[in-house]
This record gives sequence, structure tokens and C-alpha cells, in this order.
Amino acid sequence: MSELRDLYQEVILDHSKRPRNFHSLPSANRKAEGYNPLCGDRETVYLQVEGDVLKDVAFEGSGCAISTASASMMTESLKGKTSAEANALFERFHGLITGNPEAAAGPALGKLEVFSGVREFPVRVKCATLPWHTLKAALQADGSTISTESEGPAAESGGA
Amino acid sequence: MSPSPSTVEKALPETPPRAGYDVDAIRRDFPILSREIYGKPLVYLDNAASAQKPEAVIAAERDVYERCYANIHRGVHWLSVHATDAYDASREKARAFLNAAAAHEIVFVRGTTEAVNLVAQTYGRTRVGPGDSVLITGLEHHSNIVPWQMLCEEKGATLAVAPLNDAGEVDLDALERLITPRTRIVSVAHLSNALGTILPIRRIGEIAHARGVPVFVDGAQAAPRMPLDVQALGCDFYAFSSHKMYGPSGVGVLYGRTELLEAMPPYQGGGDMIRSVTFEKTTYNALPYKFEAGTPNIAGGIAFGAALDYVQGVGLEAIEAHEAGLLRYATEAMQRIPGLTVIGTAREKAGVLSFVLDGVHPHDIGTVLDREGIAIRTGHHCAQPVMDRFKLPATARASFGLYNTRGEVDALIRAIHKVIGMFR
Repeated sequence: MSELRDLYQEVILDHSKRPRNFHSLPSANRKAEGYNPLCGDRETVYLQVEGDVLKDVAFEGSGCAISTASASMMTESLKGKTSAEANALFERFHGLITGNPEAAAGPALGKLEVFSGVREFPVRVKCATLPWHTLKAALQADGSTISTESEGPAAESGGA
Repeated sequence: MSPSPSTVEKALPETPPRAGYDVDAIRRDFPILSREIYGKPLVYLDNAASAQKPEAVIAAERDVYERCYANIHRGVHWLSVHATDAYDASREKARAFLNAAAAHEIVFVRGTTEAVNLVAQTYGRTRVGPGDSVLITGLEHHSNIVPWQMLCEEKGATLAVAPLNDAGEVDLDALERLITPRTRIVSVAHLSNALGTILPIRRIGEIAHARGVPVFVDGAQAAPRMPLDVQALGCDFYAFSSHKMYGPSGVGVLYGRTELLEAMPPYQGGGDMIRSVTFEKTTYNALPYKFEAGTPNIAGGIAFGAALDYVQGVGLEAIEAHEAGLLRYATEAMQRIPGLTVIGTAREKAGVLSFVLDGVHPHDIGTVLDREGIAIRTGHHCAQPVMDRFKLPATARASFGLYNTRGEVDALIRAIHKVIGMFR
């Protein structure tokens, strides 16, 4: 039960129930759609990029508590960052939730530290990274759908 | 907010367990059921994905490797002869299990998926041409969609789909209308893995046969749950997997009527499927070996025979009644949970209970239940078109086996209340 509380921390539950920046963005000049076939989660990330700075970030879609909270908190943490800073933040975040110590150096994660409990739930790592992978696709201005399944072995390939 | 466990239990209807079905004794036959997960007793409710194995099956597989393993259909030596006899004995057990007319109508495959591919690539490739159609239903597993889709793409044929009503039942009038003079095969599940709907196979067979169209039945979910008789059902092909009926994975059965199998070209080329080979010409072996190229899963095939013995020892009627009782009990309990919706409310239903909870994603339900030692499936259940039909990204699914108990259903209900307490 304690590990469950580490995963579903109050901040995460709050963001999953009341996601921030949860709307389309008419001023967006970049967007991408992310898809996790394991959960059926779909999220669209919108970016308004000026120069190299993320002036505004928003998202839409439906997902599990982890992916929704992750998307919500990602949008909050990215505003005003450069794309290089956003990528560095993702590297650090990825290191946090996969328990990879090599990623310990880098920008401070701040509020995103609440996702540290995800490392005890390896099958949920893809839920937390879905919005970040989608962000990367949007930054690369690749309009295609990004699937979590492109990062490793298929999470759900067989069975019934 | 959520009622205490004792309140939940009191709220449930009191129905005594069936006399004569000793579920405690059955549970003792399955070693894995005594283990704990995260310090909690394992409650295994993911049987539609794969079922656990009784000691008899585990021992049978071990015995092959310890005492009588060799390749089959090849050697004159003692071990090969005995391994061959044991393997062919499983074929006869599968014949009896399905009440097929002859053992050569039983083709061993890796599983139901391979059986569909085999029929699509042999019967389908020779019979389906441009402008023809293959008819399936809206509740099929991906394995009974994709092989036909691939065939239709290759041949310029169309894939027709009989729609579902809101209960998750196939619209038989629509199915009948969709059978045209160009329909070459009808391929349907016997029991939906995502919704639990039982399809009226006999009726579908009558409709199709009246128009001269053969019927393939995906029996992956039905075979472990109900008595089968392919001759009484009137199906032309029937397929199922060992691993869902308490046997090893990597073994399955394709039943086909003799005249259809005879007319079909081989599936894969290789050893065992040939009669003679020269560089100019190869003649093929008799049924069923024509479809069984290469060395199969020998020990698994023999242990599958032990699984067939096991389920028939318990009795398919008894298993069917036991699981029907669990499904009824669990459905009634779930319907008392505010905000819970059961997906799939067909009148004829078995084994599978799909549900969603307002405001909680199925994946989060699955994670919380897992920490209670309860294994369920969450996701699209390899049936994305079913999810689309009900406009859901996913469901949570509990599926029952012959060893599940009402106490386990009670644990599931308590855990769902815990989920509600966490997320609402």
C-alpha cells in the first residue's frame, strides 16, 4: 500500500483530476499526438514556439492518472524554457522514473520529483513518458502519431 | 466513503456453492495458486489471457523429458516410437474432446492464431479472389481479423463485419444480409474474449451453409468453458489453444472437416509434411501431417493431452456451471458498486466480466488490484474494434477459471472499493 501511495501521490491525483493547461491552443505552431496502446491513452501536445522559446504549452486527450498528471505537470514546467532545456529536463525526468543514476546530473526537476514512485512500477514508466515523447515529436515538428511502443518491446502484443 | 468489507459481503446474495464441485480440491491441483503476490494470496482472474497449470500437466511435461523424449514420426528406436505414441494419443484425446469424426481432422498448430493464419493462407488463398468477401463479426479478437485482412489485401477482396448491438451481441439479421454470393468464408468467435458474449454458432452455421459458405470458429475462449461437439455445432473449422485450457503454451488445435482439409494446399513446407521429395517434385503427406511441417512442441503436445484429461475429469458441464455461478455472483456484486458499468450484457454470456469505473482509468484499477495480489487484464484485450464500438479506450476485465472461488470474487469487490476510495 505504501508503494501505491508513492505512485499515486496527492499532487499526482490532483493533476489527474484537474489537469492544468488542458485545452487546445489556437496560437500553437507545433503539435503532435501520442498514443500508448497498452492503456489506449491518446494525448495531443500543443506548442507555441517563438524563436527557440516555448511561450505556451497545452494538451488534450484521455489517459490514465499517471499520463494525465505527467502531461499536466509537464506543461507547467515547460513554459518559458528553450527546446534544449526541455530536452534536458526530459532526460533528467526519464532518469528519475527509470532509476537511472547517470541522469542524476542536469536541471532540477522541482515538482516533477513526485514521479519518483513510478520507478517501482516499471510497466507504468511508459504512462509517465508518453507526454514527453509527444513533446519531443512536436518540437521536431513531426506531425505523425508517436507511439510508446517505438521505445522498446511491445507492451501488449499477444494474449487475449 | 466506501463500505467496509463486511458490509460488502453482507450485501451479496447468499447462494450456496454447487454440491459435488470440490473447488478446494481443484485448487490443490494447481501449485501456483498457493503462492503470494506482494504478501497477499494470489487471486488469479486473468484466465481469458492464459490459464494456470495443474500438477498433472507439469508432471506430464517433466516426464517426457525425463523418461521418453525423442523426435516423433522418425525413428525406429524405442524412445521415438514411445514419444510418437504419446503425441498421437493427444491427437486422439483432442478428437474425442471435440467429437470430431476422425483423428486426422485434428491438426496440431502453435495456437488459435496459427490456426486462423493456416486456414486464411491455404483455404483462403485458393478460394478467395478479387471482388470476393470474407465475413467476420464486430467482436473478434485481432487474431480473427488481421489474417483475413492480410488475405483480402493480397487478393483484392473485402472484409465484411457483422455489427454488434449495445449488449455486445451480434446482429444475426445483419450477418445474414452480409452473406452475398461472393462470400467465401464466415469466421466468428464462439465466445468473445472482451465481452463474454456467446455466439449462436449452430444458427450462424445454418445461415451460412444455406448459402454454401463454410464457417470457421475461433474457440479459444469457449474450449476451456463449455462442452463442445463440432459435428452438432455444424462448423467446418474449429480452433483453440492449449494454454487457455490449463495446458502448455505453444500448442493448439485446428479441426477441419476431412473434405475441406483434403482440398487445401499445404501451409508450410518442410519435414514431416511430405511423402517423397525430389528436386523435380514433392508429394505431400496424408492428413493431418500435410499441415504439420517440422518438429512440433512434442513435450507440450503430450502434456496438452494431460490437460484434456484433467478438464474432462472435472467435467465441462461442471466447469460451465461453476463459472456461470461465479459470473452471476460477480455481476450482481459489481452492479451494486456506484459508478461501475459492466461492458457486455449479452443474454448468453460466460467466463468474462469487462467493466469500467467512472473517473478511474482501467490501467490505474489494474495497478491497485495488482498490489492486492489480484491479477486482472486491463486494456483493449486485443480487440480494439470492440473498444471503438463502445467508445472506450480500454476496460478492466476479470475472467474466471475452474479454480476460482466466491471468496476471490469478494476480494475483487473489496479491492474495487479501495480503488474508488483512492481516486474519487
